This record gives sequence, structure tokens and C-alpha cells, in this order.
Amino acid sequence: MTGPVIQVSDLVKRYGEIEAVRGINFDVTAGETFGFLGPNGAGKSTTIKILCTLANPTSGSARVAGYDVVKNRDTVRRNIGLVFQETTLDSYLSGEQNLRFHADLYGVPRQQLAPRLKQVLEMVNLWDRRESVVSTYSGGMKRRLEIARGLLHAPRVLFLDEPTVGLDPQTRSSIWTYINDLKQREDITIFLTTHYMDEAENCDRIAIIDNGKIVAIDTPAALKASVGKDRVQISTTDDQATIAELKDRLDLEAGVHDGLVTFNVASGEQFVPRLFATLTHSIRSVSVHRPTLDDVFMSYTGRTIRDSEATASDKNRSTIIAMGRGR
Amino acid sequence: MTVELTTPDVDPVTAAIRVSVPERGFRQDLRAVRIVWHRELIRFRSDRLRLVTSLVQPVLFLFVLGTGLGALAGHGLPVGISFKTYVYPGVLAMSVLFTAIFSAGSIVWDREFGFLREMLVAPVSRSAIVIGKCLGGATVATFQGIVILALAGAAHVPYDPILFLTVIGELLLLSFTLTAFGVMMAGRIKQMQAFMALTQMLVMPLFFLSGALYPLNGLPTWLAVLTRFDPLTYIVSPMRNAVFSHLSVSPAAMSFLAPNVTWDGWQVPIGLSLGIVAIMGAALLGVAIAEFQKTE
Repeated sequence: MTGPVIQVSDLVKRYGEIEAVRGINFDVTAGETFGFLGPNGAGKSTTIKILCTLANPTSGSARVAGYDVVKNRDTVRRNIGLVFQETTLDSYLSGEQNLRFHADLYGVPRQQLAPRLKQVLEMVNLWDRRESVVSTYSGGMKRRLEIARGLLHAPRVLFLDEPTVGLDPQTRSSIWTYINDLKQREDITIFLTTHYMDEAENCDRIAIIDNGKIVAIDTPAALKASVGKDRVQISTTDDQATIAELKDRLDLEAGVHDGLVTFNVASGEQFVPRLFATLTHSIRSVSVHRPTLDDVFMSYTGRTIRDSEATASDKNRSTIIAMGRGR
Repeated sequence: MTVELTTPDVDPVTAAIRVSVPERGFRQDLRAVRIVWHRELIRFRSDRLRLVTSLVQPVLFLFVLGTGLGALAGHGLPVGISFKTYVYPGVLAMSVLFTAIFSAGSIVWDREFGFLREMLVAPVSRSAIVIGKCLGGATVATFQGIVILALAGAAHVPYDPILFLTVIGELLLLSFTLTAFGVMMAGRIKQMQAFMALTQMLVMPLFFLSGALYPLNGLPTWLAVLTRFDPLTYIVSPMRNAVFSHLSVSPAAMSFLAPNVTWDGWQVPIGLSLGIVAIMGAALLGVAIAEFQKTE
């Protein structure tokens, strides 16, 4: 099947008075890694729940792998793999027993099971630990086992809801190595939610969601380009003269920040050669800073993702933030 | 090395193994029932402490209460019949009572630790999961009953294969009904502490009202009525009947020791008595399934 593997149109979810998702539209192409970026409480989890058939939309529709999430619930479920924020493993069973349980529930044909089991366990480097009881696993190992389990029945789409929340920095980056690896090995679309800017960089495309609405949707590079300017910082033999020169010859407003001459230009890297050709005072060092997704979020919502999380009043949410900040 | 020969060794990097998951159907649901059942057994096997602790109470009732009260209660019993023999069917019922309900309670744990979600999002019918759970709890509880059954000699009950098969069948029926009851409760109660408190509150009355320790005839009306609402009553009576019919007791003693349950003087046949337990089990199972259909 060609065309989008996830299609969402005018999706609305209301919980009583609260409108968690306020009419969103987007498509995800097969093979993409698509990220939902936004602060806690923005509507990410609600959207992923609807796509995973765990919640029904108030209005609008969503199709996953070509099937309607409400009308063809079971078909959708067979075609998706899920890794939730909280662990959903049986810690009294071994890693392998957890996967076998899953295989039986999802009806993985028995003759395909042994090789597939080995394949997914090797993919996440847990083959040697398959007989250990899950309660002896570290947080990162558990998450890896859940990823392996999510892949076991060869789903078309793998949903990862905040896949690295509560993990330490090394483990987080290793989880990402596995996720990126998996793209090489499996013919799969990945849909993930995150409130970590640096993680969103791993996605092919990102939707920035705020207050239940998608405010921007594009590749990380394009989103950053849309913010516009790169920040260039130079150190020279005569800063004041350089600032004057930048103003006169290049029409740039520069200032001194952190002891460096600082100014903003579009596509800073292309600008650097011109800088050398123009300035008379010799340049000791140059650095160009691309806008980050933080800048992107800021420019679309008028505040940083951390600001928005600080205002989330929900007790649960603040716990999650506290956990997320412990990185 | 031999493993390599039996399972095709596939290079995980280059070859994706084609896994094709079939449409959901009856066979898939059956496979789900089987694995949910199997998980109960695996967990029970790995939890030896539970095996031992859940034996403590029945053994206490049989040997300590049975012996201690025996001196007093023995005067009311026909000559040669021990009070331990009299309470033995009740103790069997008690041994499955605890295990069955706590087995069902593991659903509450599963919910707290997230594993319930893994089951509920699977493309299988919810009834398959609930039935698997009830069968698992019933199997584990019956096994617990069989351990107590091994102590038959200590209660002067003969090791008779027919008797054992009858009692095991009755225990299985009771276990299933009790697990279904527990699962139904677990469908509503979200916290383990609340579940424990509620079951503690219910388990002892269920046991005391079942006629496990005393005859049901000649009770004050209020108590007689209450005992007739207890599902355990309808299992303890047939079990006691099975036990005493394998001992040489006179018909008169038999009708005193192991009478059928009566409704306002009418004797409920053993078949109907067991049927009532089965119907209760089916009804509770139905309610439990309906509850789990609703969630998520």
C-alpha cells in the first residue's frame, strides 16, 4: 500500500469541559519517523491513545495502516506495536516469556516465532539475558525489551510514547541508537511523542503541538530554517571597530555578548566567507549557531517548552516533568 | 550448535523475517485463553512462598481447630466419627477460597504494574483474557486443594480414587466460581489495598456461613437464610456427602452428618446444588467480561 500510513483529519477529543485535542490534521508517510513534540498536557498522549485505539475521538477520524481506528479496532491493533511511557512488562516472567506471551496474544505463527524472537532480542542486545527474570533488568533493558516486544508481531507502525522518559542520559542515547538502528532493519513507520528537544532532532518530521493544536509541522531542518537566522559570534582584534564596520558595510546590528561580537544572519555558514572578505580587522575565531528546536518552539508559541511545562498545574504532570528534568 | 540446526539462523541485519499475523478468529482467542492460563501457572510455580502461606490457614483449621474443638464437638457426632473428618470438606473449600480470590486479585497488581494494558490492547477478545484468567485461577486453586487432599489420612478419610476424583471435580467448580467472583471485583477495584481489605472482609463470612464447621439444620432462621446465599454451602454439602459415603456410616448417621442443603424443608439434590454453583460461576464470569469490555 502506498500513501500515508497514518491519516488524521479534524480530530477532536474532549474530556468533559476540557478539550485535549482541538481539531488536528496530519499524515504520516510509510517509513517515516514522525515526532510529536510539545509540553506535557499539550495533547500528545491523547492523540497517541486515539491512534492506538485506546481512546475514541469525540469527532473527526483517524486511519492507521489503512484502517479506521474506531471501526476496525482489532485490525489496527494487529498492525501496530506499542511502547508506553510506563512499563507494561510482567516483571515475574523472563524476557523471553514476556515475548512469548505477546506472540500468543497477537497470534504470531508458531513456526515463525523462534527465528523472530531471536531476531528482535538480538536487535536490542538482550538475547543473552532472555532467560533472566525481568525484575532483574535495568530501566534501559526493560525499555529495550518493550521495543523488541512491540516489534515482535512485525507491525506496520511502532508507537513510542515518550520512549526515554525517566532514563539516565547514557541510556537515553543508547535507546536512540536502537531506534535508529531498527529503521535500517525493519520496514516500519515510527510515531513517537517527546518533550525533549534534542530527541525530536532524530525524527524525519515533527509536529509541534501546543494546547491541543498543531502549530507547525515539517522536517527539523525546515522548522529551524523557518525561524530564520543563525547566530554568528566572532572574536576580533578590535571589537568596536568591527561592530561599526558590520553596520556600515553589511548593514548588520551587532553587539557584544559573552565577550564576543554577536549578530544574526540567515544561513550563517554561507555568510562566513563574506565576513572574511569584508572585515579589515583580523578575526581570531568564528562560531555559527543554528537555531535549535527550542527557538522554533519559542517562535511558534511565544514561550519555551520549559515555560509551558511550569504552568501545567496537574499534579501528575509535574511529577513527569520532575522525572524528565532529572536527566 | 544443534540449536542452530533446528532454528533457521537468520542474519538479523540483512533478512527481515516475514511475520504475518492472521485475522482474529476463534483459534486466536483460544490461543490467548491458553497463554493467559499458562501465565498463571508459571507465576504460581515461581511463587513458592504463596504456596506455603496459603496452606497455613487450612492446616490450622484442620489440625488445631479440628483437634481442639474435637473434644467438645465429638459428643454430638456418631461414635467413631472424628470432628476432623467432619470439618475436612470445609477445610478443602477454604484452601481453594483463598487461592482463587488472590489469584484473581493479581489483576489489580497487573493494572498497577501496567501489564494489564499489554493484555487489553492485544487484538483478541476481552472474554478470552477473562476466561483464561478464571481458568488459571481455578487450576492453581484446585492444585492447592489437592495438596490438602493429600492430607486426607490425617482426617481419617480414605484414599479412594473415586472419592478423590469427585472432590477434585467439585473443587474445580468452586475454584472457577470464586475466581470469577474475584475477577469481577478486580474489574472495579483499582487499588490492591482496597481489594485486599474487601476480600478479607468477605472471605471469612463466606467460610463461616458455608456450614464448613457446623450442620446447617436447626439454625435460627436469620442464620439459616444467610447460609443458603453462600455459594460455598452448595459445594461443602456435596463434598461432605462424598466423603461420608466412602466411610461406613449408617443411613441415619449419614442424614445427620451430610444432609443435602434444604430450602424451607425441601432437599436440594446434589446435582442441582452443583448446578447452582456452576450457574453462579457463569453469571459472575459474564459480569466480569462485561466489565472488562468497558475499560479502554
